[in-house]
Amino acid sequence: MVSRDMDITRFTSKGFFIPGLISLVILIGLATLPIYGSLYNVVLVTSILMYIILTVSWVLFSGPTGYMSLATAAFFGVGIYASALFLPTTGAVLPVLVVVLIGGLASSIIALGVGALTLRLRGIYFAIFTFGLVVLIMELLNWWELSVSHLLGRYVMLVDNNVIFYTMLGIFVLIMLTSFFIRRSKFGLAMRSIGENEEAASHIGINVTMVKVITFAISAFFMGATGAIWATKLTYINPHVAFNILFSFMPVLMAIFGGMGQIYGPVIGAAIFAYLQETLQTEFPYYYMLIFGIILVLAILYLPNGLVGLVQNLWKRRPGGQHADT
Amino acid sequence: MPILEGEGVTKYFGGLAAVSNVDFHVDEGEIIGLIGPNGAGKTTLFNLISAALVPKPGTIKFKGKNITGMKPYRICRMGVARTFQSVKIFANISVLDNVRLGSYFGKSPGLSSADATREAGEALEFVELSAMSATPARDLTLANQKRLEVARALATGPELLMLDELMAGLNATEVAQAMELVKKIRDRGITIVMIEHVMKAIMNVCDRIMVLHHGEKIAEGTPQEIATSDRVIEVYLGEQANA
Repeated sequence: MVSRDMDITRFTSKGFFIPGLISLVILIGLATLPIYGSLYNVVLVTSILMYIILTVSWVLFSGPTGYMSLATAAFFGVGIYASALFLPTTGAVLPVLVVVLIGGLASSIIALGVGALTLRLRGIYFAIFTFGLVVLIMELLNWWELSVSHLLGRYVMLVDNNVIFYTMLGIFVLIMLTSFFIRRSKFGLAMRSIGENEEAASHIGINVTMVKVITFAISAFFMGATGAIWATKLTYINPHVAFNILFSFMPVLMAIFGGMGQIYGPVIGAAIFAYLQETLQTEFPYYYMLIFGIILVLAILYLPNGLVGLVQNLWKRRPGGQHADT
Repeated sequence: MPILEGEGVTKYFGGLAAVSNVDFHVDEGEIIGLIGPNGAGKTTLFNLISAALVPKPGTIKFKGKNITGMKPYRICRMGVARTFQSVKIFANISVLDNVRLGSYFGKSPGLSSADATREAGEALEFVELSAMSATPARDLTLANQKRLEVARALATGPELLMLDELMAGLNATEVAQAMELVKKIRDRGITIVMIEHVMKAIMNVCDRIMVLHHGEKIAEGTPQEIATSDRVIEVYLGEQANA
């Protein structure tokens, strides 16, 4: 027991410096990408970052609490429409960063309201409700555009690719820091206890409703902010483009693919997944969905703890591996 | 003044009165036993006190303050802690963090990280689980999981602790240890209400016993009074044959 305790402390003190260093190197590499990379690379990394942000913010709430949210597309879409309203082709009403902030805030306000109403639903009911939320907002907007504003779609003004990239990178850094600190805080511990046993959590003094609703809103903020900047890449949007239900499922799949046990699991999962998606789509335009599906089925069958779980298993199994004797 | 009072506490599940018009009081420093056959409404009464359920009608007062209809987390922060009949530990969280959650959130105002860790450590030492701090709670034996639940409840700094079948499923040695633990908790000045089926334990540690049957309180008194009460014997063993 004693040796195990020591193992853990050694692991955390060592495990603090190296990941920090790696993160810094990756961050510098990313920040300087527009200098040495091609335009294609900048655009590709922008969309990979978008998926990473959506996945990490999904995991922020659904990972520890076990509430499976399918509302990602709703919050993402709200952000997209924030851009459509404030960044029309006729000229920006507000600066891009302010619009990104508005997209995020609008999403988190909706999340606060919806969360307070529905977070008493558990399991599959919550998942279905959040799924319904996407469809509800989409159809409402559709109705509004057709019968009130008489617009089939809206155009968003062009924004320089580097501006999009750096905004995305900024949101990425913020969500990573947020996740990291929440995970380590007592707030994060409370979220995990809700996922483990909500009733017990409420009886030891945790205001479970507040913890859930606040986290849901934080996670929605990042989804909305990402949607707002992503919209400038889309240029043309309508309710069906903005509230594409695929954006609700992708973060879930990416998180499962990467593994949710570690903070970098969803990041790696989303990065590989998004990269695969982009390359498969260009290399095999006809078969990409098929290949994609097969990879997914294999991942779920054989990698119950995701890629990160696989790596951890291999690490443990190597001769002289950590805890090899336990 | 009693630390806990209930007046006309009632709870219907559909047409069934799980708890029916029960009056009770608990004095400070007492150990109260709550007994009764299965389905008598003991756990429902616990759920009403800890606010997992709301009585209708009826009022429950803690230290003279009406707590009926409050949220469970607020009742916990006021000083009422509980354990569960089927253990509800946080299985994939370490033993220390299980308890630390109690000390972080169970008090208002909340504790700093260092204080919470120190108090959690003390609570673990009190229930003799310090050696297992880093173990995930799921790896503990049932007896230790129950101790962990007690430590977690104690970490919230309760004045009143409600133990729901602490000794169910434990072997003779473990029951003896659990009885020691209950007395040790009382010696710290914490009032205890316990539901128990292990009669030896109830008779040994309780100052006063309440008997529930079909949701109604049918008897109350010292262990001796209860052990010799005809009504209680009738409920437990059936009517005496007319021979």
